Parts: sequence; structure tokens; C-alpha cells
Amino acid sequence: MSVKILIPTPLRPYAGKEGCVQVDARTVGEALDLLTGRFAELRKHLYADDGRLRNFVNVFVNDEDIRSLQKDNTPLKEGDIISIIPSIAGGSSTGFQPVRLE
Amino acid sequence: MTARSETNPQLSSEAKLSKDEVLRYSRHLIMPEVGMDGQLKLKQAKVLLIGAGGLGAPLGLYLAAAGVGRIGLVDFDVVDFTNLQRQVTFGSSDVGRPKLEAAKERLSNLNPEIQIDTYETKLTSENALEILRPYDIIVDGTDNFPTRYLVNDACILLGKPNVYGSIFRFEGQASVFGVPGGPCYRCLFAEPPPPGLVPSCAEGGVLGVLPGIIGSIQALETIKLILGSGDSLAGRLLLFDALAMRFRELKLRRNPECPVCGDHRTITKLIDYEQFCGIRGEDSPAPAVTVPEIEPRELKARLDRGDDVFILDVREPHEVQICTLNGYLIPLGEIPRRASELDSAREIVVHCRSGKRSAEAVDFLRKAGFRKIWNLKGGILAWSDQVDPSVPKY
Repeated sequence: MSVKILIPTPLRPYAGKEGCVQVDARTVGEALDLLTGRFAELRKHLYADDGRLRNFVNVFVNDEDIRSLQKDNTPLKEGDIISIIPSIAGGSSTGFQPVRLE
Repeated sequence: MTARSETNPQLSSEAKLSKDEVLRYSRHLIMPEVGMDGQLKLKQAKVLLIGAGGLGAPLGLYLAAAGVGRIGLVDFDVVDFTNLQRQVTFGSSDVGRPKLEAAKERLSNLNPEIQIDTYETKLTSENALEILRPYDIIVDGTDNFPTRYLVNDACILLGKPNVYGSIFRFEGQASVFGVPGGPCYRCLFAEPPPPGLVPSCAEGGVLGVLPGIIGSIQALETIKLILGSGDSLAGRLLLFDALAMRFRELKLRRNPECPVCGDHRTITKLIDYEQFCGIRGEDSPAPAVTVPEIEPRELKARLDRGDDVFILDVREPHEVQICTLNGYLIPLGEIPRRASELDSAREIVVHCRSGKRSAEAVDFLRKAGFRKIWNLKGGILAWSDQVDPSVPKY
């Protein structure tokens, strides 16, 4: 299913400055895997070391939180929009660490 | 979900408007959606604004203009020159004054009929319940995560709605938390982000008008709650993308497992929020990398002597337009890819705006084998202070 993933501003530097990425996936988990496969740096910002989505980041399919659907297994339809929603707090730092060169 | 929060179920029998007030609010009174009843509800409402900055500015102005009878302001900061790009309650003559003093003056001038209370203090677990208690509605206009969680939890414990708004660069969020049956901030963000390092200067910044938009939305939601009109944002997260000029809405639900507002509450009093957000000590920045440094004066002396020093600028191109030391530009993010453009046989001084990004670059390059490399301590800001005051600071 061709779906769009909307990248929030704090994460755009790690997604090649893109605001929107198109992927072909059957589930949310698959879509996010494809996203972090394409943008490796994004993975460590979205996922904790144990492989789970960091819990200050929420994922919505269209307007529904995946936690009230089937989480990573939420099936996707053609044209669905996946939104990644981080908590933000204005001028102070976000949770996404600035470029640390490795 | 329509939240009709009955903040003023019974208007006091003494509540009435003076002749001046009737004229002042005539544009409200002639609308059936507000009318005399609505204006009296506004007059009797008590709203607390946490933060008198970017969001607090339109909030204070529009709630005062609307005739909210009692407005509380919490902020301990002083007006800074760089605030004027977005904190429109203040003027140039206010720079250096406590924000609350300047805000109270401005709002009182806009509307002398209302009562403005100021709390020039940091909101903490020790004082939050006491400060919030007298108010009907709390509006969160803060700029840090510990305070957001503190305000959220205090509102749930006190049973008060929390009108939420937040911004980052070009994006904004708004919602109403804490109405009966509705979600709270923790339902959406169970945990705060880990403490960031001091943010890279290139990633910071905010479009000045953005908090104006989100703060105005917060004022609007507050007024709707007081009037009991329209559909509040309770149960919805409003997302605003300023560049795309697009509003979107996501559905929010109360999380039955939420520790503070759920069915089995484990948080029944305020906690240590700095600890919760992983911040050790109030103002302790995360330790920066330690690298060899050179003071601006020393660099100037060496350049004047004719030493062959290669200056590397790791800022972003748009910063170079503001001011430059005519260094060789490789933005920090490109250093790994472009390090081969640098000659490790030469002496290299790396700079950025304030010395933090350049410290990262020096650390990286040293690990890559560069031996004759130093960080310009304090960056171009320090150069302006110590060597060449004609260089603008930003």
C-alpha cells in the first residue's frame, strides 16, 4: 500500500530534510522499518535500544493513535497518512539530540 | 467531543457590567453567542497563565481584551532584547525589566477593569497546587518539559482544565487537557524526552509569529471553555504547520492506564519533575566534550604575527550571512563526509557561534587523527566581545 509518512520538524534533519516520505508497506511497523532503513540516523531517534518506539514519540494513522489500533501491526490502506508526533516545548531543547558526529 | 466545562454554573447575583464595561465589550454583547450572560461569565472567570513569553503574550493580551475578570501570570524571567522578536507584550523600553512588571502594566493599560495577579516565581512541586488552586482554568505557555508535566499533574489533581499549546520552529500543537473524561498530557506523552544536550544553534530558533498564532488559539479555547460555547479541543490534538499553512487534527483519548488520570492512579501527588525529566540539577547543562581550546585574543595575536592558521567555520550557510571570520565553511553535519578537504598538517582553529558545535567538530576530527586542531572558545560571540566589537552578535 502506498502511504505517506509525515516527518515532524524536529526530525527532518535526520530524514534528509524531508517533510514527507512515501513508502510501500502493509503495516505501520513495516512502513517505519522502511523509513529508518532509508534514513539510518532516524532509527536511533525513534527507537530505544530495546527496539521499541521511544515513548515521547507517538504514531498516528490518519487521525488515530496506533496505540488504540493494533500498534505496529496496524494494517495500512492505500493513501493512508502516518504522522509521527513528538512532544515539543518551544524554544528549549527538544528530545532529539543535535548532530553528534560518530 | 464537546466539552462544556461549567466553570461558572451560577453567576453571582452581584455580577453586572458598568456602563463603561458595556461599551467596552459591546462587540461581544451584540453577539448572541456571547451576550450579557457570556460577558458576565468572562468577568467572573479566573484564568492562570503559566509563562509570560512567546505564548503568554497573545494569551495575556486577548484574555485581558476579552474581559476575563481575573488573570494570574507566572513567570520569573526578565525581558531580554532577543525576546522582542516575538513577545509582543513588551517594548524596547522594557528590556531589563521583570516580565511580570512589564506585562501587568501593558495588560492593565489595555483593560483597567480586570484584576491581574503576578507570581514572580518558578513554578515548583512545592508551590504549584497553592498557586493554581484559586483559578478556574490553567493555560500552559511554558517552554520546558518538567514544567509541562508539573502543570499537567497539578491540573489533574485539582480537577482544572489545562489549555495546552506548544511550538517548535514552524510547527505548533494545541489541545485542551484535563476536562472530565478527557485525556491529559501524559495520555499523549507518557514520558518526557531524555534531556537534550544544549541544542545545536542551527536547530533552534522560532518564527516569531508562530507563538502568536498558537497562543491566540489557546486564548480562544480558554474563552470557549468559559462561555461553554462551540467545540473545544478536548479530545483533539490540533497540529499546525506554518510553512505548509496546514491545520490537521488527531484524535486523543484518555488512557485508562494513565498514572495520573487513569482508572488506577499511581500518581496522587506532585513529584520531582526535574528528576522525572532526567535533569540533574536545575541549570546544569549536559557535560560538553572537552577539547583543546584557544581564546579569541590568542588567535588574533597569532594571525597578526602572520602564523599560518586555517580557520574552519562549522556553522550553517545562513549564519555566515550574519557575520563571518572568513573561515572555510563546512557545516557541522557535513564534517564526517568532507573531512578529507582539510589538511591535517596545518594548524586548524574551528569556530561556530558560541563554541559548542565547533567543540563537537574538534572532538570528531581529533578522533579521526587530526593533532593540530583547537576550538575557538566562545565562538564568534566571544570574538565579537574580545577582539572585534564590529562583528554583530546573534
